[in-house]
Amino acid sequence: MDALGLAGPLRAALGTHKILTDHQELRTYECDGLAHYKVTPALVVLAESTEDVAATVRACAEHGIPFVARGSGTGLSGGALPRADGVLIVMSRMRRILEIDAANQRAVVEPGVINLQLTREAQPTGYYYAPDPSSQQVCSIGGNVAENSGGAHCLKYGFTANHVTGVEFVTPAGEVVHIGGKAPDAPGYDLLGAVVGSEGTLGIATQATVRLTRSPEEVKTLLAAFPDTDQAGAAVSAIIGAGVIPAAIEMMDALAIEAAEAAVQCGYPAGAGAVLIVELDGPAAEVAHQFDEVEGYCRANGAFEIRIAADDAERALFWKGRKSAFAAVGRISPDYIVQDGVIPRTSLPEVLRRISEISRDAGVRVANVFHAGDGNLHPLVLFDDANEGEAERAEEVSGAILDLCIQHGGSITGEHGVGSDKAKYMPRMFSDEDLDTMQLVRCAFDPASISNPGKVFPTPRLCGEVPGRHKGPHPLVAAGKAELF
Amino acid sequence: MAAILDALKAATDGHVADATAEDHVAGVPAQWVASPGSTAETSALLTAAAAHGLTVVARGAGTKLAWGAAPESVDLVVDTTRMSHVVEHAAGDLVVVAGAGRSLDDLERDLASADQRLGIDPPRRGTLGGAVATGATGPGRLFHGAVRDLLIGVRFVRADGVAAHAGGKVVKNVAGYDLGKLLTGSFGTLGVITEVAFRLHPNPAAQRWVTGPASEPSRIQQLASALAHSQLALSAVELDRSADDSSVAVLVEGTGPGVEHRAAEATRLMGEGSHETDTPPDWWGTEPASPSGVLVKVTHEIARLGTLLEALDAAAATTGLRVALRGSPAVGTALVGLAGLDGDDLAAAVHGFVAHLRAGAAAFGGSVVVLEAPPEVRDGLDVWGPVEALDLMRAVKDRFDPERRLAPGRFVGGI
Repeated sequence: MDALGLAGPLRAALGTHKILTDHQELRTYECDGLAHYKVTPALVVLAESTEDVAATVRACAEHGIPFVARGSGTGLSGGALPRADGVLIVMSRMRRILEIDAANQRAVVEPGVINLQLTREAQPTGYYYAPDPSSQQVCSIGGNVAENSGGAHCLKYGFTANHVTGVEFVTPAGEVVHIGGKAPDAPGYDLLGAVVGSEGTLGIATQATVRLTRSPEEVKTLLAAFPDTDQAGAAVSAIIGAGVIPAAIEMMDALAIEAAEAAVQCGYPAGAGAVLIVELDGPAAEVAHQFDEVEGYCRANGAFEIRIAADDAERALFWKGRKSAFAAVGRISPDYIVQDGVIPRTSLPEVLRRISEISRDAGVRVANVFHAGDGNLHPLVLFDDANEGEAERAEEVSGAILDLCIQHGGSITGEHGVGSDKAKYMPRMFSDEDLDTMQLVRCAFDPASISNPGKVFPTPRLCGEVPGRHKGPHPLVAAGKAELF
Repeated sequence: MAAILDALKAATDGHVADATAEDHVAGVPAQWVASPGSTAETSALLTAAAAHGLTVVARGAGTKLAWGAAPESVDLVVDTTRMSHVVEHAAGDLVVVAGAGRSLDDLERDLASADQRLGIDPPRRGTLGGAVATGATGPGRLFHGAVRDLLIGVRFVRADGVAAHAGGKVVKNVAGYDLGKLLTGSFGTLGVITEVAFRLHPNPAAQRWVTGPASEPSRIQQLASALAHSQLALSAVELDRSADDSSVAVLVEGTGPGVEHRAAEATRLMGEGSHETDTPPDWWGTEPASPSGVLVKVTHEIARLGTLLEALDAAAATTGLRVALRGSPAVGTALVGLAGLDGDDLAAAVHGFVAHLRAGAAAFGGSVVVLEAPPEVRDGLDVWGPVEALDLMRAVKDRFDPERRLAPGRFVGGI
């Protein structure tokens, strides 16, 4: 049976309204936030419950049909790119916040719950959900769990992986299992650590228990304008070197500022070659003291204008320019690639200089937006697809920037994930042995390789039987189309 | 035998010795002890061990080697302490990479020169690899997170001798599966850890402790909840409780003026009898007294600490044991020591105590694991207790170590 053949049995089991097969409706789901990869799925299931997900996965498992889970579809690495021969399981109807348990500093949510919605619901109790990807107004917590999403404030508060304490999870065999919970350290392997950030390749989370963080007593934010990125980078090093751990330190260069001004009129200081946004939070007595220090380091490193947010409205305006930067680039370029490399923070000045050389040599403009505190760069590589060869040149520049990150001991992705987009870069960071070892985890969870296949890993690999239970070569191996692991 | 010994020596440049009584693992005698000096030597060693079908237990300083169930057999102890070099301390990046055999104490001295620290402070301070393999934490966990949260990269050798790495040396990194988390707390059953990379934190400019009395479960719960809910951003909240004495202490860290202000606020919150000090109370970060040799780890939902304490009191009353507890109530973990009985009486009482606690575990939302116990107590006792998703864990083990040669039987469900 092929994927479309599951439509009948799934309609009968789940209800007609949850199954989409109409081509126009299916096309709604042909891509995620990385829109230049498009695949129309054979079938879409709009899951409304754990049982819907489990039944769909069981049907897929029975017939060896691949499936892909999708949250809000905001991912930037093509992690939710459908399979033409597979089922796309859309989780966005599972959007109930099941419990805000402030006393235990936990919330229990369905995967379709929007990130910011949880913070809004929790706030009256004095708590919030700390991981804050820039897409937090629309991205889902299930997607965050799959991608181990970060955000501006993960410098101090960590990533999604540090905030998920339990999941209800449908395995690729269609079994519902519970991992972790509200208490820490459930006995056994830390499967949660493997599942969070596995980009949908180990199964589908149908419920997440997450940490709620106490709202800080005080939040103070400043925006500092520098003549260039070198000086802004030096200020960042000085702040971190002094032992201050800000909630966030963000940097934008001149081209990124220009785009943000054009798009959202954020009113950043004129003539800035770089701006820093530095946010401190915590007990008022600490923040007041450290804020003065931060201001001093900015001035000492050449900041020519410093603005301090007087209230939440002004703080929001500072952040508006930063959080809208990706989309804003559309104002100055018809097309662009968002990169997501990581470098040790101390390499920042050198790497920025190299990026500008690469950009100049290739004749491709690069706008830089980044989480400066943890060295997570988001170069925006600008091009016009209407001009022949520009897309290819942009792709080359984008790849060269990743190579630069790896050369400096960094990573090809800090928060967007590997997905479809970066699987080909994985061998630049990991040896065959490393990838084979990761594949052991994949094989333990998903021996048939039907859970979001084709993502994360560069080469299609099949899971051999555990030694001692061998049967004979898989047809794909015999045909030379896949390597047996 | 001679051929095996030669193969082990060839792999480790001769660093192999016959095991002695001191090399027993939880009472199980070992045959050889090999001390590889690098990941490459460890890889050669485990390849040789695989060729000869040897069972293998990894050991750092050996401080927590008896934790968990006793392994079914130990042909080879892999001593990691020759891999004790600091590969890189990138002070400006707040990252350190070091051999798994480096001790926490040595690393602390390395980092002090840059006024930095690794936020892993378990009561038993062995090696970095041992801290990762057992996931052992201390008071600093509230601020720094667990071992899994600080580990950013890992290099290890699989049962078949293949060396692999995951993660890296930058804090923010989502490339590939996070095998470091899977290895954390895996008790040497998935691989031998040879090198680790950690996120560091700057030393705070000032520290102050505030300690106050609290003995009744309801009062301790109330106080712990108030501290957890406060906006004081405490670095640690610790509880010390025994039949005779009980107190709660908190650690305030930050800038000089900030700490002064916050410690005063904590003192006010903790009420009558609480007082500030510049040094920790003497019990801080240590294990509870356990004359019986039994050490139990209990976890709980933070708002159900009172329920746990009542369950402990009831289990003690039922079995005739005396309970001493040191815990991190704002995290939800505690270590429990036992006293008051010995011999056969002790074994029966501990079994009863554990059964009693586990029966009530749903009420405090946690788990009960016997980390350490004398052989006669461990006999017939399920030290790990019930485990969820055990089939998936077994599947992981099957893939990493299909011949079950790495610490067989030491982990949950006989893994």
